[in-house]
Amino acid sequence: MERRCSAALPNAVTSDSPLVLLANSTGLPWNEIPEFQIGDLVGIVRGELDRGGRLCAWFGVPEGSGVRVVCVIAFDADNTLAAGRSAPFEGAFPSLTATHAQAHLFERELWEQHHLMPEGHPWLKPVRRSSGGAPVMDEFFRVEGREIHEVAVGPVHAGIIEPGHFRFQCSGEEVIHLEIALGYQHRGIEHGLVGGPRRATMSQMEAVAGDSSIGHAWAYSAVTEALAVTEVPLRAQWLRAIALELERLANHTGDLGALANDVAFLPTASACGKIRGDFLNLTALLCGNRFGRGLVRPGGCRLDLGPDRLIQMGERLEAALAEVEQASAWLWDSASVRARFEGIGTVFARQATDLGLVGPAARACGLVRDVRYDHPTEWYRFAQAPVAVWPSGDVFARARVRWFEIQRSGQLLREQLRSAPDGDPFATLPVLQPETLAVALVEGWRGEICHVALTDSESRLRGYKIVDPSFHNWSGLALAMRGQAISDFPICNKSFNLSYCGFDL
Amino acid sequence: MFLIDTLTHRLKSGCRTMKYPNGPAPQLPDRHGGALRLESERCADGCRACVSVCPTEAIAPLTAKGVTLDLGRCLFCSECIIACPTGAITQTGDHRMAVRRREDLILGGRGNEEVRLASALDNQMLKIFGRSLRLRQVSAGGDGSAEADLNVLGTIVWDLSRFGIQFVASPRHADGLVVTGPVSSNMELALKKTYAAMAAPKFVIAVGACAISGGPFRGNPEVHDGIGSMLPVDLYIPGWPPHPITILDGLLRLLGHVKEPCAAEVIGKR
Repeated sequence: MERRCSAALPNAVTSDSPLVLLANSTGLPWNEIPEFQIGDLVGIVRGELDRGGRLCAWFGVPEGSGVRVVCVIAFDADNTLAAGRSAPFEGAFPSLTATHAQAHLFERELWEQHHLMPEGHPWLKPVRRSSGGAPVMDEFFRVEGREIHEVAVGPVHAGIIEPGHFRFQCSGEEVIHLEIALGYQHRGIEHGLVGGPRRATMSQMEAVAGDSSIGHAWAYSAVTEALAVTEVPLRAQWLRAIALELERLANHTGDLGALANDVAFLPTASACGKIRGDFLNLTALLCGNRFGRGLVRPGGCRLDLGPDRLIQMGERLEAALAEVEQASAWLWDSASVRARFEGIGTVFARQATDLGLVGPAARACGLVRDVRYDHPTEWYRFAQAPVAVWPSGDVFARARVRWFEIQRSGQLLREQLRSAPDGDPFATLPVLQPETLAVALVEGWRGEICHVALTDSESRLRGYKIVDPSFHNWSGLALAMRGQAISDFPICNKSFNLSYCGFDL
Repeated sequence: MFLIDTLTHRLKSGCRTMKYPNGPAPQLPDRHGGALRLESERCADGCRACVSVCPTEAIAPLTAKGVTLDLGRCLFCSECIIACPTGAITQTGDHRMAVRRREDLILGGRGNEEVRLASALDNQMLKIFGRSLRLRQVSAGGDGSAEADLNVLGTIVWDLSRFGIQFVASPRHADGLVVTGPVSSNMELALKKTYAAMAAPKFVIAVGACAISGGPFRGNPEVHDGIGSMLPVDLYIPGWPPHPITILDGLLRLLGHVKEPCAAEVIGKR
């Protein structure tokens, strides 16, 4: 295994940052992370976000009787991450949310988990706290007026789907405000990791969001490998990229089908339902499990693609790509579909930036934001797909970006299946470094998956933060619904297709 | 163009729905391995190799010799098979794993090498549900994978409705409750309310290791380790998540459409 250099080279914009810079999937000794008084740290983070930074994580680590707040910021254009921490403190701190909306859920977590009061937070309420067999809902935002009515949906929805609660304030058909209240799926993953890793940890990571098993398993493995200051063998990097792109293909295809279904365009809906299964079965060809479980492990991959399997995968991939090409051609050719997609659920680029949206939801607003391109690690340093962007921010754009990504992931896979590196897909990891902070970003099919790990003096996990892309993007859905007819909620919801369990953890 | 295009495509592609159960069942992926078989008499004395590698403590040592393996907790990761020095645990490649009683998922000891597959509902229940079954699904801390593979049964390939089985939007319309996930504390109330809203006679189906036992989240204070402690379960479908064919086999088995015995029973009768 290669030793790896962890420091990122500072460049033009970020070279004067008071925070410490680090590259994706690397770690730093905890005591080298610059420490500030919390008021100063909030000021610094504000400044960094104002000059193009993006908040990846903003979370607490208990120390003594107080809590340290840690920030991880991404400078996408500079291809670097930055980290900083506060001195331990108790009580109140000036809310970052007051000026930067992308921090709002992070600060609700800080308040809920660590009893830190973000002063000036405009909508402070629990995220996942439990009471009487349900999450605490508190007061919902209410619009007053004679013509106003409220619609409550969930937690149990009319379909085979995870639970969550949606509270609409409507004037007639028009939605004035949507508040999304989740927490029903909370399984205590982050809390359970402290003191770990444990025997079930790897499996829990594969189930953070079941449709993103590869993405989260990779992020966890990458963070672990960064803590061990190693890089996995090339063969493993190659296999991980294949599995991640297959995951993207399956889910994007499923989403196109689901969107078609919601506008009653059945040919594409039925075809995509079947083709999605074909892509899942390709993942199963690689590892036996349709969701890619049991493949990615810290140190590499547990299974390999032999020559026969490789040929089979190439052939079956071509067939599935041809079918999805046909099915989506029907979709784009249909004027009735375009009419239902265009101008519905629009999120503007400025709003997407302010909310810190990630993944296809951000790219559909014209933001060039893709971890594979901005912060490439492992195989993505050698093989890249162009970032798929569409500017209109509506349902059409989110569908369109998915279709581009299906084509580009397909092409990437075609090329990569022909360029397999030799060697073993697994190497045993050395011991993890004590008192080290490591960060890993992975571009899952929904967007940026961020894992941050901190070890204690015995190399056990002292803190672990998971940020699923859904954590950023649910707010985007709420904003997309403003001014829309409530009957357009299903199609807007499908166009984001966010994870409940990935948010609830 | 679209019309001609789709019609041509439909004619060319033909019927996409699988022949099963009138034809052969779709093959599981070879690396899936299917249901496990445990011959605990082959265990070496004092060997605990499989116990320590299991992520969910599905394998428990017996006091004297051998182990038991709980397929309700199993994630089918195959670590135990790799670890076993005597080949006592093997993959059968069999997709059939659904059972009616929790204890039927526990392997170990003579006669219990494999799961004891589910029998059909009793005649009275079959008379009511045999030709028309409406199911309500509730995800209670589920990760979305078992839910996805339940949705798959509705696609053109599987076409669940040809068996008279449908997933419905309201518990008022439902005969059976299909639960996924380890049952998070935060879903306890909604789950109980959904069950209470269903008219009797009704039954409960637990799909996946999480719903049966909590899966990898077993022991987390935020979950209930599956549905068993909360509601009476009539059908357990193991897997992480179960393959669609395993789920379909379980449902058809419950309705008496599939009756063939498992290998262990055949061996027992010989």
